[in-house]
Amino acid sequence: MLRYLLRRLLYTLPIAIGVSLVCFALVHLAPGDPISAVLPENASPAVIQEIRAAYGFDKPLPAQYFIWLKRVATGDLGTSIKTGRPVLWEIAPAIRNSMLLAVVAIALAFVCGCVLGGLAGYTRRPTVDRTVTALAVTGVSLPHYWLGMVLIVLFSVELRLLPATGMGGPDIAHLILPAVTLSVIPMGIIARSVRASVSEIRKQEFVQTLYAKGLSGRRVLAHVAKNVAPMVMAVMGLQFAQMLGGSILVETVFAWPGTGFLLNAAIFTRDLPILQGTILVLAMLFVFTNLVVDVLQMLVDPRVKRA
Amino acid sequence: MVLKKLAAPLFAASLALFANGAAHAEMVLRVATTLSDLPLTTGQPSQGGEGMRFIGFTLYDALIRWDLSKADERAKLVPGLATSWSVDDATHTKWTFKLRPNVKFHDGSTFDAEAVVWNLDKLLKRDAPQFDQAQATQASQYVAGIASYRVIDPMTVEITTKYQDAVFPYLIADVMISSPARYKELGGDWTKVAQKPSGTGPWMLDKLVPRERAELIRNPNYWDPQRVPKSDRMVLLTMPDPNTRVAALLSRQVDWVEAPPPDTIPRLKEAGMQIVTNIYPHNWPYQLSFSEGSPFRDIRIRKAANLAIDRQGLVEFLGGTAIPSEGMVDPKHPWFGHPNFKIRYDPDEARRLMKEAGYSPEHPLHVKFAISTAGSGQMQPLPMNEFVQENLKAVGFDVELEVMEWEALRARRRAGSDAPENKGVDGINNSFGYWDPDIGLIGTSWSKMRPPAGYNWGGFSDKQADELAAKAKVEFDPQKQDEILAKLHERIVDQAMWIWVVHDLNPRALAPNVKGFVQAQSWFQDLTPVYLTK
Repeated sequence: MLRYLLRRLLYTLPIAIGVSLVCFALVHLAPGDPISAVLPENASPAVIQEIRAAYGFDKPLPAQYFIWLKRVATGDLGTSIKTGRPVLWEIAPAIRNSMLLAVVAIALAFVCGCVLGGLAGYTRRPTVDRTVTALAVTGVSLPHYWLGMVLIVLFSVELRLLPATGMGGPDIAHLILPAVTLSVIPMGIIARSVRASVSEIRKQEFVQTLYAKGLSGRRVLAHVAKNVAPMVMAVMGLQFAQMLGGSILVETVFAWPGTGFLLNAAIFTRDLPILQGTILVLAMLFVFTNLVVDVLQMLVDPRVKRA
Repeated sequence: MVLKKLAAPLFAASLALFANGAAHAEMVLRVATTLSDLPLTTGQPSQGGEGMRFIGFTLYDALIRWDLSKADERAKLVPGLATSWSVDDATHTKWTFKLRPNVKFHDGSTFDAEAVVWNLDKLLKRDAPQFDQAQATQASQYVAGIASYRVIDPMTVEITTKYQDAVFPYLIADVMISSPARYKELGGDWTKVAQKPSGTGPWMLDKLVPRERAELIRNPNYWDPQRVPKSDRMVLLTMPDPNTRVAALLSRQVDWVEAPPPDTIPRLKEAGMQIVTNIYPHNWPYQLSFSEGSPFRDIRIRKAANLAIDRQGLVEFLGGTAIPSEGMVDPKHPWFGHPNFKIRYDPDEARRLMKEAGYSPEHPLHVKFAISTAGSGQMQPLPMNEFVQENLKAVGFDVELEVMEWEALRARRRAGSDAPENKGVDGINNSFGYWDPDIGLIGTSWSKMRPPAGYNWGGFSDKQADELAAKAKVEFDPQKQDEILAKLHERIVDQAMWIWVVHDLNPRALAPNVKGFVQAQSWFQDLTPVYLTK
């Protein structure tokens, strides 16, 4: 177990370097200039050169990359070109905000997805199955920015029950609409996975044996649930990790200042330090979340053995 | 059960709405900006016109300020932290500013000549402890022409420019003065100053949550009693998505939204919102290439393109949030003059000119324009460009649109039409301002003002325009300068230097209870007279 954990942690190093390299290359390949957004309208060549040098963009690209990597190794992700604030100051609250949204959304998705999927897989009633499948497919297919706008129009503009944008403090009222919007896709995925898994497990011989032994429906369900859990955890882990990366569209629609909102602004302003720093931190979070899920799966299901 | 589950959030939502109601009683003006992050708050703000509007001119003052109190005439320069200014007759490079006495920064320290010099060092003197690259970058276009500066006496400053520049007062009006005392108090750390800035402006920063909100409170001791804010607090919120801003206003989460999309205006009006518009120094044009091989080197082609566009139709398409352009500046502007070439919708004449040049709808002229998907001042670039593309097609143009993201387009504009990346591009659709003579007329039409020296992207070169631009640059009498600029404008319109399409009317939507706002003919606005009724 310990060796497995150490090995997985070691894997994060090449992933981090790979992610940072790809991100660095992509930003520089994109049209435009990293300092373009901060350059005055008619900056003279001298001014442009000064600004370029001040941010270190006058050096060759490999040199820029290694200088950045060296700083990252010491825990310094640099300073935002646009705001002048340290990148860590920008990322930390954004991750906190996205995490708040992600936790609520994934909880919502988990509860609804499991109930719907379980219902469809367990009851074996074609009407229920078809309804749940239709709901799940709709959930997965709905563009969530569109759903966000519809929910805003309905609950904020027309009914005036919930605020349309922002975090407001934060308070729960501001959280409801973006969390519901964000939960719809993972809910659909979880519902479909749970349905398939429950339906598959119910066909297995051990379930028949449990019935034959005279166990009540509820106790059989508990056994089925236990067998479904590793799969649900794997799906949830992936979905949760994705949500931590923030949804650019949902966070922009709801003006929710999370990582998606931060990345969106950084992309449009070519704020290279923010982009590199945020993507690196998010990639690490993704890897870490998957590791946690793997470990949990091992604890829940003894069949999942790791070397 | 379901109702029980919903009860808690609904109760919280009701509380939030109640809290919003209570905030109104305190007179809190909530503004939804188009920004995705708040501008720099240390003094010289980032994020262009909107940054200046909401952070620059609220927290800070410049030596000269824009008079934004009138809707029916263009915004003019008036005394700000300087009560008067003059340039010496001998060299026309030494500017003397007499400073306003008894002005205090928000931290209580006194504004004086030392503070002005300290601020210029902040922007220009790289070895000064207070030099701040972030602010220097933002201010570089305003201070690039400054050669030196010094304190004459505690209430007088002298600034020497590198060359004669009659436009200098316009530039200094954008240089914000921050408090040296606050910088020292916070250990010389601009990052800390950003959280607790101190200027002399009518508003003071109370709270800053990056990427989310800035809360400004009234400065009761503001030096100009006429401009002490009428609202107690102003909350600036970041809402880059236009539909989100509109929804926030319709749900009364905010009182004011910047730039509502034209197609939402009927809905906003129906809900009782005020739609405020006014002409301001903005133009939505195509800057044309005069590089080797560009078809726009032929004046007939340039004129035909200008006559082919149904501007009134485009204005209707934009829900009346624009007016047709008849040149670089709007027809009521003092720099408009009396051009002989009347820019209008005349497709027959356009076809005639195209035929004369050897083209027709059957044998069209292929041209390529670089355009953006969005961007500051770009209005609704995609449908507008498609509209123009259709108009031009009808008279014999085959227009290819090269679509790119805003920063990429800006980089293309900075590069100039001769740059390799602009090879084959015959025009660039980059919205433009004309709030000062440099950006509006001199920098765009003078042949020596090719980027990066100026804004002459396409390399327009005309002897008469060059002479007038040079003359305007050194005419220090504002009235005479206006007359020269009007002649320059006449010349560039007669030469059909660009394809001018529309002037944006800068729409904003206000809740019905927002009162006192006067929309100035400017990129900047004064928020001090705004208040809310019950």
